[in-house]
Amino acid sequence: MSMDAKELIARRVALELHNRTLVNLGIGLPTLVARYVPPGIRVAFQSENGILGFDTRPPEGMENPDLTDAGGSPISALPGAWSFDSATSFALIRGGHLDMTVLGGLQVDAAGRLANWMVPGRMVAGMGGAMDLVVGARRVVVAMQHAAKGEPKIVPELTLPPTAARRITLVVTDLAVIEPTDEGLLLRERAPGVTVDQIVAATGAQMLIRGTVPEMPIAPAPEGAPG
Amino acid sequence: MRIAINAEEAAKLVPDGASVMVAGFLGVGTPERLVEALVARGARGLTVIGNDTARPGLGIGKLIDAGCVARVVASHIGTNPVTQRKMLAGEIQVDLVPQGTLAERIRAGGAGLGGVLTPTGVGTAAADGKRVIELDGREFLLEPPLRADVALLHAHEADHFFNLAYRLTATNFNPVMALAADCVIAEADEVVPIGVIPPDAVRTSGILVDYLVARGR
Repeated sequence: MSMDAKELIARRVALELHNRTLVNLGIGLPTLVARYVPPGIRVAFQSENGILGFDTRPPEGMENPDLTDAGGSPISALPGAWSFDSATSFALIRGGHLDMTVLGGLQVDAAGRLANWMVPGRMVAGMGGAMDLVVGARRVVVAMQHAAKGEPKIVPELTLPPTAARRITLVVTDLAVIEPTDEGLLLRERAPGVTVDQIVAATGAQMLIRGTVPEMPIAPAPEGAPG
Repeated sequence: MRIAINAEEAAKLVPDGASVMVAGFLGVGTPERLVEALVARGARGLTVIGNDTARPGLGIGKLIDAGCVARVVASHIGTNPVTQRKMLAGEIQVDLVPQGTLAERIRAGGAGLGGVLTPTGVGTAAADGKRVIELDGREFLLEPPLRADVALLHAHEADHFFNLAYRLTATNFNPVMALAADCVIAEADEVVPIGVIPPDAVRTSGILVDYLVARGR
């Protein structure tokens, strides 16, 4: 079975989906998580542009220009879906109604803070809904590559502007699962075939390593899907 | 009986230098014909308030391309390289506002509130120049209300009273912007007789809509 880094990350994050919860997936890599919802788990996905209860892309030719996700991609509404305006959407997000958000990341630091919305002088995308999501979701899972162009993305202290002051819940990368705690970053799991030494070498911040670090489990590929 | 106008007439209601709320999310729910009419009129110096600037050639992106815009208030410009280039060149001022904060500031502007207290942005660049207020041990930013001279809306259906109904994710900022501008202009895909949109499905009352641009006009 061959699997690229993004698929590995998405299939590990999918195991964080709990039954009967409301989940917001960020644009890009986090969107892939919807493909790997484990059997028996029912979640409602919310998209900040104003829908709760949607599925991935509709059949070819069935796209509706008035029904997209927050990245502008066509989606399908599921039975029981709800559409709403932007103020209501962020009331859901900030008001404690969102169980989990999965977001991409540029950096996570030793205190568990996330930076994911701008690189001064280079990339000024804007925060979109990210600041609200990190402040408001009960659990914030960051799904990102462990390093970018050889540079660690997990750093002692953010050098990029933070998305929020809040400590995020979990970081899932192509090498490891790391949980920010009161004592620091705890190395929870390692990717298949990856050693603890390799993870330490690719990580800019100190990590807590307690005993044997297990290999990360991943959600199964959906039936009929390649891989 | 209220009379619909055409997009060209609507564009004349938006003076150069006006502040304009433009509904939509990456172009979905944006009144494209009103945007195109503003471009055709050669509007200049607009302050555009919207979620994002879509892409070149789409939605608010058309106003950016045509040089109609002096200032943008938005949550995200990452999908439009022209906005980013013009910002870095100093041709457009961009004020980035977290998306939920933008929605609440507009809601406050239309609801007669003096502002909103939000935990979003505390400890980030979004807090620059803002008052931080502590309540029950939690910190909040005091965010001012936002209003505009004109709001440009897109509805799926409008009836003869200018009641509006939106569809799916094309709803987004339309309902809140409808309350937050001195002049509200709506564009609709379909126009239907009064009563076809039942009261529970009316999302914006025609009382709030000053002008309607009907389909094909």
